[in-house]
Amino acid sequence: MILGRVTGSVHATVKNAHLHGARILVVKPLDLAGRPAGRPLLSIDRVDAGVGDTVLVCREGGSARLLFDDEMTPVQAVVVAVVDRVDLAPDLAEAS
Amino acid sequence: MHLGRVIGSIWATRKHAALDGASLRLVQPLDDDRSEVGDPLAVLDTLGSGPGELVMYVTAYEAVIPWKELHPHVDVAGVDAAVVGIVDRVDVARTAEGEA
Repeated sequence: MILGRVTGSVHATVKNAHLHGARILVVKPLDLAGRPAGRPLLSIDRVDAGVGDTVLVCREGGSARLLFDDEMTPVQAVVVAVVDRVDLAPDLAEAS
Repeated sequence: MHLGRVIGSIWATRKHAALDGASLRLVQPLDDDRSEVGDPLAVLDTLGSGPGELVMYVTAYEAVIPWKELHPHVDVAGVDAAVVGIVDRVDVARTAEGEA
């Protein structure tokens, strides 16, 4: 999984049938200093995450489809947790 | 899944049999502020997206799923990107850059 920040949400009426009803969030990966860095991932929300939340995104399609219990869901990224806090070991991970 | 904009269409009469009838779009990946990020790529389209439209697309193995659903006899298709949604709106919260 990766740490990310929810920066928005996507609305699409015309979409793959298996995605109907899914809440799709825009998630920017975070660096260790908590800064959004890199390309956004459109992720299906399963934990009612909101804009501004720090979250965990599972990027492995197979396990994501297990969550959906539907083999034909073209899903690749799923928000699986809203993160309350990240404690970095001061000497091991420098949040430069 | 990623955000992109359709910037063109690709026509290829001679292609892998499994892709017969496939319509292909050229898509420019976008950041959440719609700025361009990364290089354009060819994406299979089963939803009828057109030039200029914002789309959601999946890559890697998931890309073959929508095609396999339409063509059950196809087990392997040379597809690694597919449109799975035409985006109406992207609501992005404006937060200060670098805010922890």
